[in-house]
Amino acid sequence: MTVFDVEKIRQDFPILKEKIRGKDLVYLDNAATCQKPQAVIDSIVQVYSHDYANVHRGVHTLSVRSTDKFEAARTKVKEFINAASDKEIIFVKGATEAVNLVAQTYGKANIKAGDEIVITAMEHHSNIVPWQMLCEQTGSVLRVAPINQTGELIFAEFEQLLNEKTKLVAVVHMSNALGTINPVKAIIEAAHSKNIPVLLDGAQAIPHIAVDVQALDCDFYVFSGHKLYAPTGTGVLYGKQALLEVMPPYQGGGDMIRKVTFTETEYNTLPYKFEAGTPNIADVIGLGAAIDYINAIGMPAIAAHEAELLDYATTKARTIKGLRIIGEAEEKGAILSFVLDKIHPHDIGTMLDSLGIAIRAGHHCAMPVMDFYNVPATARASFALYNTRQEIDVLMNGIESLIEVFG
Amino acid sequence: MFDDLRDLYQEVIFDHNRNPRNFRVIDDADRKVEGFNPLCGDRLTLYLKMDGDVITDASFQGSGCAISTASVSLMTEIIKGKTEQEADALFKQFHEMTTGKDEHFNLEAIGKLAVLAGVREYPARVKCATLAWHTLDAALKNQQQAISTE
Repeated sequence: MTVFDVEKIRQDFPILKEKIRGKDLVYLDNAATCQKPQAVIDSIVQVYSHDYANVHRGVHTLSVRSTDKFEAARTKVKEFINAASDKEIIFVKGATEAVNLVAQTYGKANIKAGDEIVITAMEHHSNIVPWQMLCEQTGSVLRVAPINQTGELIFAEFEQLLNEKTKLVAVVHMSNALGTINPVKAIIEAAHSKNIPVLLDGAQAIPHIAVDVQALDCDFYVFSGHKLYAPTGTGVLYGKQALLEVMPPYQGGGDMIRKVTFTETEYNTLPYKFEAGTPNIADVIGLGAAIDYINAIGMPAIAAHEAELLDYATTKARTIKGLRIIGEAEEKGAILSFVLDKIHPHDIGTMLDSLGIAIRAGHHCAMPVMDFYNVPATARASFALYNTRQEIDVLMNGIESLIEVFG
Repeated sequence: MFDDLRDLYQEVIFDHNRNPRNFRVIDDADRKVEGFNPLCGDRLTLYLKMDGDVITDASFQGSGCAISTASVSLMTEIIKGKTEQEADALFKQFHEMTTGKDEHFNLEAIGKLAVLAGVREYPARVKCATLAWHTLDAALKNQQQAISTE
């Protein structure tokens, strides 16, 4: 596709034809999860109808077919984030599991009592709680780099937290609550200058920003498939091969072994060492189909479309009296988090739903961010490649009407 | 524009949201319990002044959505002068009305609270309406610790 044709793209997503409470669906909850194109839905139907069997096991035709498709998805992920090798792509059920995997393997092997882990004040709970659990298990300490009122990391304070006790930096690439895109390249350079490895939580960034893990030089990168137009229950842990090689396995079971006796077990090579049990075969193949779909449109075109939507929405939102945007970082992805004077986000959510508009109202699994801004919750509209200016008009009209109704 | 929501957001609810009744602290309260809905961040503190088993005064502080604010505001009005047993009976009636287990809740007993019956059609919002009453329930049982809807 050379020209970005949003109307044509919308035809690819069957759910966008749904009526919600009698109105056209306006789906603006993409930061929670994205809708799926027909190509992804078809890929799952195709696997189960024609290609399905267990992977890495049988000599029979279907097992070979299934394995080929499953491994082809791994190669697609590798190319999508420009990893050096398929061995660096570990399939997990989501970004959350990937963070937990790193905490419980790399973390337990390398982080000891008194050591420090540095995160930021804008993390999702999934990049806070696994580290808190590790700290509790090991006696290590979680340090939090602060943000300013616009929702940007205070870089100087982040740098000051890095010292000889710091054993890992775990930072969100793009904040789900604020939309802030972190200066990850500079973060990684600062950490690496002190020999500290960096994990990037890319759950929110992956559908919006072209990611090149080798150019970034991050040590770990994690993301979920379901925010990338792929099925739920798919996720990726990227890790540098040298790190993954020496990390202990995560879970024990089938597929992750080379040889088992009752006295000892020899573990399988990468990436299988970290993939115990039958994986989520069909959905991973669906993730491969989602990447094909995105590549056909092109990340730069998607990013440009979303940036235009965010600009349009931000400009309109600023004209609404009593609306306060939460998160106004210079570098920002397609998320508009806001609060209205004297109207609770849950009321906003219910009222907009009655107009067919799906937004998120709540703490966005980022309670510390809510505390920082001293709000119980925010309303959040988040945009994807299939959203339009007209949908933003519907949203803004809806907001203005509900302000009127509340009086 | 919001015709579909008329059952949920009745004018009485807007009124109580704009001007919550009994929105104050009772300094010498006999019972004080905090209620919290972690899903949406609704937070309230309920104060009761008792004379024997009669609730002589009720008030609240906190912040929440229109449904939870109206619910606690209406509750503090209706329970004043009621005995603990009467308040408990109202709690049970209210619970029936909002969770929809019984279509034939006692409309007469519930009185003004019937404006909140609409939440039964909105499962995501039921807890907004019931937070106040679960907090009252804890207060009537003389529990000291904060209660949570989750």
